[in-house]
Amino acid sequence: MRQVAIYGKGGIGKSTTTQNLTAGLGEMGKNIMIVGCDPKADSTRLILGGLAQKTVLDTLREEGEDIDLDYIMKRGFANIRCVESGGPEPGVGCAGRGIITSINLLEQLGAYTDDLDYVFYDVLGDVVCGGFAMPIREGKAQEIYIVASGEMMALYAANNISKGIQKYANTGGVRLGGIICNSRKVDGEAELVEAFAKELGSQMIHFVPRDNMVQRAEINKKTVIDYDPAANQADEYRALAKKIDGNDMFVIPKPMKQERLEEILMEHGILDL
Amino acid sequence: MNVMNRVLDQYNSKVYKNRKEHMVGVNNNENNNEIAANVRTIPGIISQRGCCYAGCKGVVLGPIKDAFIITHGPIGCAFYSWGTRRHKAKKDEGVANYLQYCFSTDLQEPDIVFGGEKKLKQAIVEAMELFRPSTIMICSTCPVGLIGDDIHAVAKWAEKEYEIKCIAFSCEGYKGVSQSAGHHIANNQLVRYVIGEGDRKITNKFSVNLLGEYNIGGDGWETERLLKRIGYEVVSTFTGNSSMDDLKNSHQANLSLVQCHRSINYIAELIETKYGIPWMKVNFIGVDATIETLRNVARYFGDSELTARTEEVIADELDSIQEDMEYYKSKLKGKSAAIYVGGSRAHHYQFLLNDLGVHTILAGYEFGHREEYEGREVIPFVKPDADSKNIESITVEPDPEKYHVYLSEEDLKRLKEEKLIDYYGGMVKDMKDGTYMVDDLNHYETEEFLKLLKPDIFFSGIKDKYVAQKSGILSKQLHSYDYSGPYSCFRGAVNFARDITMGIYTPAWSYVKSPWKTAPVLSGSLGGEAVC
Repeated sequence: MRQVAIYGKGGIGKSTTTQNLTAGLGEMGKNIMIVGCDPKADSTRLILGGLAQKTVLDTLREEGEDIDLDYIMKRGFANIRCVESGGPEPGVGCAGRGIITSINLLEQLGAYTDDLDYVFYDVLGDVVCGGFAMPIREGKAQEIYIVASGEMMALYAANNISKGIQKYANTGGVRLGGIICNSRKVDGEAELVEAFAKELGSQMIHFVPRDNMVQRAEINKKTVIDYDPAANQADEYRALAKKIDGNDMFVIPKPMKQERLEEILMEHGILDL
Repeated sequence: MNVMNRVLDQYNSKVYKNRKEHMVGVNNNENNNEIAANVRTIPGIISQRGCCYAGCKGVVLGPIKDAFIITHGPIGCAFYSWGTRRHKAKKDEGVANYLQYCFSTDLQEPDIVFGGEKKLKQAIVEAMELFRPSTIMICSTCPVGLIGDDIHAVAKWAEKEYEIKCIAFSCEGYKGVSQSAGHHIANNQLVRYVIGEGDRKITNKFSVNLLGEYNIGGDGWETERLLKRIGYEVVSTFTGNSSMDDLKNSHQANLSLVQCHRSINYIAELIETKYGIPWMKVNFIGVDATIETLRNVARYFGDSELTARTEEVIADELDSIQEDMEYYKSKLKGKSAAIYVGGSRAHHYQFLLNDLGVHTILAGYEFGHREEYEGREVIPFVKPDADSKNIESITVEPDPEKYHVYLSEEDLKRLKEEKLIDYYGGMVKDMKDGTYMVDDLNHYETEEFLKLLKPDIFFSGIKDKYVAQKSGILSKQLHSYDYSGPYSCFRGAVNFARDITMGIYTPAWSYVKSPWKTAPVLSGSLGGEAVC
């Protein structure tokens, strides 16, 4: 079982990429579980065809400790198992603690079965506190992919996330598998992200071009592969799925200092815009 | 090597440097007896200090009998602060008494994740249904601070919803370096929301507040009895055996008497600024100390009849205890003591021990600041650090309607110059050469000092009491008085003397051997060839 965590700046397209990618892996016949680690609980919407999910934490709150796994785990496209951790409404409580609680609960309920080929954790925004680092602690996710674009703040966030990975790499054994470039059509984007990934000691595993097809599929509550299997963008996600399935480059990232990050941006002309 | 160096010797250089500043050989240093206090304990050291919540809820608020105190947090903090401090209170007609209860929101994992405000509101709803209290206090514990529940908004909601008084205290345990932070937080809120609200008619001009008296083992009752006997009216006691109504009326007194300086000095000073009532540091622990205190208070009021009555009462009270005190003194004379307690008690009890011929060789505070050691004259020289700045400090303006003066400006100035009011001299001035002051005495140092100084009695708390007793030294808790008290004023002194005499002369000691009495002091081996 490969456990994979997807991180990246807020709004960069982590959930969309994760679901389209897992759809590709599902098509290849893999057994997959997605664990949404975002209080908004929207990490599995495209696989399930809508927000049909009872979250782990809501269920815990209402039912107490005695929870049936079937109640919180639903199967969607390509038989992908979907779980939403859930969490408090904005501004109250502790979402980080919520993630810790719900992952522990999933383990105890026996959600991690041996027939699984992949478990994907779709984690909210930045690694702001210990709770959001939970999927890469204690030997859970072994590989991480960071979704980024050629925009400065996306790369800045990716660099920060790498610091978190570095911290847990020695104790938990977690490794960076690569940067997924989710294009924002920035000039020289592929080169920039590639250079950035190289500086971290990693790779840009795939360049996902920007295509309105993704939005069209989303409005229809579907992944691209599900919505229009023949679309070009569906092939892009299939390619990404294949690359991840065959990936053998796992590194401890070498996050860079702010100055170096700015230098790379400068080299690739982003600051001239 | 002197005793302090022998204790410090085991530390690494960093810890040595830190702890050295917390130890003073009294009048045997080039530093004017300066001591480091009210700073962080080094992580890893077993400190006896308490937390901010303990200082706020446990010490200052806990004794208010008709305040319905809800501990907002997981159940442990509430349970372990339930009924442990022996602050006694009597049920008054028409005034609720909640001291025997323990109220908590009992936060569970889902409450931490989703926020605990709903549960806090529910707790208030239930409190109103079951008890209908007129005052609710909310004290938050560590996790509440981390998840950011807005307890102050909930308090406002409760005031509006039920037309009661509801005060929130953000006294999360991790704040500050010791329980001292909690005292400050409690003081601030009582000044903001309680003091000054009462309109009870006070007719006696000899009216006082008894501040920093928590009625442990009934101390406050005994002090109040004595003050009333002389002719004083005790308007309020902060906070032993007090009701909210007492506290609300405290602005009407003509003098504040401060027993425990550390836990209540903020209120003493703020009351003076806002309502014009000066404060006097007093000590009702010890016979001579009580006599001096009573005479000082009489001097403040400057009334010949009151002064005569004071002397009469002193003579009569003395007469009733003299024989007992002489007997106990004959049993205790020449004994030695070490005291590690509080932010004032380690000073107060030296007077009572002195009365009994017991000399104090080591004294220290858990949470005292430099002024409790060295006197208030050092306050301008105490550097505020990030930890102390982190605790809110409030300021007040004179109240245009309730400000009142008892003494003329001239008399007030004179008494201030004589340091009779608005002054506390700290413990060091009352300690003899060759004795030691140690701040934040930790577990290791306690054991070492006891071994080296071998006092006959160690006054401390529950955390280290049995360590001392198992090594053959009588230990008495000065936080809770074990199961005894009152120890204040004249009659209390006899209770104390009796308890100590019983403790020292109990035959149980013949069953305990100090480790240093059984372990060899020297070790060695035979040199040269073995001989038959």
